[in-house]
Amino acid sequence: MAILPIESEKTARIRMTLNGEETDVSFAPYKTLLEVLREDLGHTGTKHGCELGECGACAVLVNEKPVLACLVLALECDRKNVATVEGLAADGNLHPLQEAFADLGAAQCGYCTPGILVTAKALLDQTGHPSRDQIREALSGNLCRCTGYLQIFEAVEAAMMKISEQPERPARNSAAMGPPALR
Amino acid sequence: MPTEKDSRTGTLKDAKPDDHDLRVIGAPRRRVDARAKVTGQTRFADDIFLPRMAYCKLLRSPHPHARIRSIDTSRALAHPGVYLVLTGKDLPIEYGILPVSQDEQALCLDHVRHVGDPVAAVIAREELTAFEALDLIDVEYEILPTISDPEEALATPKPRIHEYGDEGNIHKRVSLEFGDVEQGFAEADEIFEDTFFYQGSTHLPIEQHASVAIKDPEGKLTIWSSTQTPHYLHRALAKVLEMPPAHIRVIATPNGGGFGGKSDPFNHEIVVAKAALILDRPVKICLTREEVFYCHRGRHPVLMKFRTGVKKDGTITGVHLQTLIDGGAYGSYGVASTFYTGALQTTTYHIPRYKFQGCRTFTNKPPCGPKRGHGTPQPRFGQEVQLDKIAEKLHLDPAELRLRIVESSNTVTANFLRLGTVGLGECIRRVVRISGWDQKFRKLPEGRGVGLACSAYLTGAGLPIYWNKMPHSGVQLKLDRGGGVTVFCGATEIGQGSDDVLAAVVAEVLGVTTYDIRVYTGDTDLGPVDLGSYSSRVTLMAGNAAIQAAQRAKAMLAEAVAARLEVPKDRLRFTDNRVFDEASPEKSMSFQEAVCLAEAQFGTIGTVGSYTPPKSPAQYKGGGVGPSPTYSYTAAVIEVEVNPATGWITVPKVWIAHDIGRALNPVLVRGQVEGSVYMGLGEALMEEQEFRRLPKNRSHALVHKFPSILEYKSPTALDMPEVFTELVEQPDPQGPFGAKEVGQGPLLPIMPAVANAVYDAVGVRIDEVPITPEKIMKALAEKRAGRAPRFGPSQFPHVDWPEALRVPPPWEGGDGNAVNEPPRAAKTRAEREKVLRP
Repeated sequence: MAILPIESEKTARIRMTLNGEETDVSFAPYKTLLEVLREDLGHTGTKHGCELGECGACAVLVNEKPVLACLVLALECDRKNVATVEGLAADGNLHPLQEAFADLGAAQCGYCTPGILVTAKALLDQTGHPSRDQIREALSGNLCRCTGYLQIFEAVEAAMMKISEQPERPARNSAAMGPPALR
Repeated sequence: MPTEKDSRTGTLKDAKPDDHDLRVIGAPRRRVDARAKVTGQTRFADDIFLPRMAYCKLLRSPHPHARIRSIDTSRALAHPGVYLVLTGKDLPIEYGILPVSQDEQALCLDHVRHVGDPVAAVIAREELTAFEALDLIDVEYEILPTISDPEEALATPKPRIHEYGDEGNIHKRVSLEFGDVEQGFAEADEIFEDTFFYQGSTHLPIEQHASVAIKDPEGKLTIWSSTQTPHYLHRALAKVLEMPPAHIRVIATPNGGGFGGKSDPFNHEIVVAKAALILDRPVKICLTREEVFYCHRGRHPVLMKFRTGVKKDGTITGVHLQTLIDGGAYGSYGVASTFYTGALQTTTYHIPRYKFQGCRTFTNKPPCGPKRGHGTPQPRFGQEVQLDKIAEKLHLDPAELRLRIVESSNTVTANFLRLGTVGLGECIRRVVRISGWDQKFRKLPEGRGVGLACSAYLTGAGLPIYWNKMPHSGVQLKLDRGGGVTVFCGATEIGQGSDDVLAAVVAEVLGVTTYDIRVYTGDTDLGPVDLGSYSSRVTLMAGNAAIQAAQRAKAMLAEAVAARLEVPKDRLRFTDNRVFDEASPEKSMSFQEAVCLAEAQFGTIGTVGSYTPPKSPAQYKGGGVGPSPTYSYTAAVIEVEVNPATGWITVPKVWIAHDIGRALNPVLVRGQVEGSVYMGLGEALMEEQEFRRLPKNRSHALVHKFPSILEYKSPTALDMPEVFTELVEQPDPQGPFGAKEVGQGPLLPIMPAVANAVYDAVGVRIDEVPITPEKIMKALAEKRAGRAPRFGPSQFPHVDWPEALRVPPPWEGGDGNAVNEPPRAAKTRAEREKVLRP
């Protein structure tokens, strides 16, 4: 069979907003968003468990919507707003989800955690006060082999309560996770 | 120390430890590595990117069993961007986790034994280039007949999958008898005989195995790897690469889930190490998910036959257990796994006479090994389901039956396992109470049911994997002038919280917070050896070593402070980052000042601690598997709903009580219990490592049915039931602050409790795991046809068992030795050590 030598010629170039920062990046055109984040942008917080869209570990937010970064070509993210676990904390403070996950045992090995955190953030941003069933549904595409999920549900609910007690989110944080127009 | 009075009848006052003085231990607390994990900063092996790094891919056998006639790598080597191609002749030395089964080669030299066995490696500038070049390697295979299961292995001695082992394709056969079990059956009122099958499953850690190796600037080897056992990897690398261990540094990166699946030294680790040494540049490999399925080392499929004699009151008079084990293509931990299918049956209920026969065969499938519970969930399933049947026949409540026969604390069992505290009776009483068992059992409407099951598990293997007299865990402690405390230990963080355990026990002893402590673990250069994160050993062993090191440091500080404050040493208290006289607390100083005083008096403050388990009374051959400093206990009640029209099973609720000894950090303990329940439900209901044959006209090869996460079903967030967890805390003198294990034991009762609940719901016995709707439908059809309402194996095949080693139990005057043991191989221990040296 014929073998085409594929060199990683960085012939593709996009501009996206990554965790609130305008980011230009050049990369080989076949690369997925997952690969570009991890290999070309040094954002290794986003993990992978299958690279086939089966485990949910690589979830990131594209225009506030959770997507599996292993199934999205980076080329598709031109002019888009991409948010990863690295963008959750703001002004040196952890996001309430991060605080709750840390305090309540929702991260054991921590490998599925980044994908679950951003998926949960999208849920809280969209739904405000999701029920336990809505949380289960939202996280059903993110596999976790350590926790049995219950401490994760509890952490999402604890974060939800904390966020509703403090309706004013820090301005920098909303900008960081918000659309590029805010910057 | 409070202990359980009489686990059979006595009521137990909640034996809460005297913990009013404890500040760190027992308090729900954020684990020390939590912030790194929730910010994505934890650096897993595949997160390591180094300058000039090359990528490795492995060419794997498409055949389940074949001879390699030739390998031609020239076209791959000529491919642009390829730096190196390795084959079996570059790494011919055999290795394996157990000294008795050194049967793996990093790249198969002339014989492949399962689909996925690696035959060559390509190292290239880009991962994609390496992947492409795999297609350019020409391998000529001579296809051999394959063996798909143990019965076929017993019937097919040739061709042999391995040239070693007990006989033909039998890897290991063991036969042990503790007391005359036939005499036990003669004394029984009823004898029960049941066969069970437990399907294999895999760990499915979300992190795929990854490794990065470099030749460091001094010319030595460093490897970062997702391994649970850096010390054993260290030894395997030294052996295969023929290098002094002192010139190899293994760094176990935090594992993105292990569950036993990263406990063997792996071929890919050895290959990248070799490649980095040759190329003098960093070499990385990250396995694909499909390759992770081929690494496997998961749960052994086990066919079991239980013969159990009981008196009318439920007293067990004897048990005879036979296990037939599907080992897959390599030894791995298999010899230990074989013994484990029989070792722990005696630790829960009093069994006066016990016979165990186990047989592990090779098959042409990915090798099985240790998965959470290692060899014990399978027979535990059989024993607990059979007890349910016994209870019904004797008209006893299953909880009452178990309470009558629960083994007592501080007993030596028939097979010479020395038990510590046994909180099982209390666990049973708690789950019965909180589940409302008495209102539910045999009382719920058709289609709903409850089931109960119990278990025990090791708190650390009592013997190391290779024979030696050295400690199983070591800790070094450094105290600095800034008041900082640094813990160095070989322990490996796989998500279970071992770093947090180390920090917590040191913080407690020295009266500081866990935030004041830095923990450096899993690095063979920096820390003393800890044998690894397996057998639920780390909390007890590394924890005890850390306590010893901390107490030694505390003694130095106390001496210096006592002299300065002019108070007796034994009146000094270390709390809240201060050291003070408990009689007159105003006489005090900060922890940092205390360290400076001690450093002025003694020089640099560094201490060490070690832990070696107590010697086991089990002296017979095979008695090395099963001993532990102490055992954890668990009881679970599970409620199920079964739709009789479809066989569909749902699990709405689980109640579980675990005898933890003491919960060092209750948040993490609960997480381990719930995680075990989750993984147990996966095994009970859906997870299976299945293989199928391709049609005869298409090679007839034995291939993995579904090596992908999508098709290998595991429970999602939607499937997880409510779990009510109770912790029974009776500190065990062997454990650090009384702690026992929690990582594995709570998984064990889940599968049998589900099976027993299914019987309560629809009146059919599923004597097989996983319990699927299809099997329930078949059993219901049997029931409607008036046959035995059951699904499961009916026969146990004939095995030529060796003569049993006869070991009289303690109550028959036994001393832990076999009365008929042939003289052991005339090797002295010194010679054995030499054999085992890398």
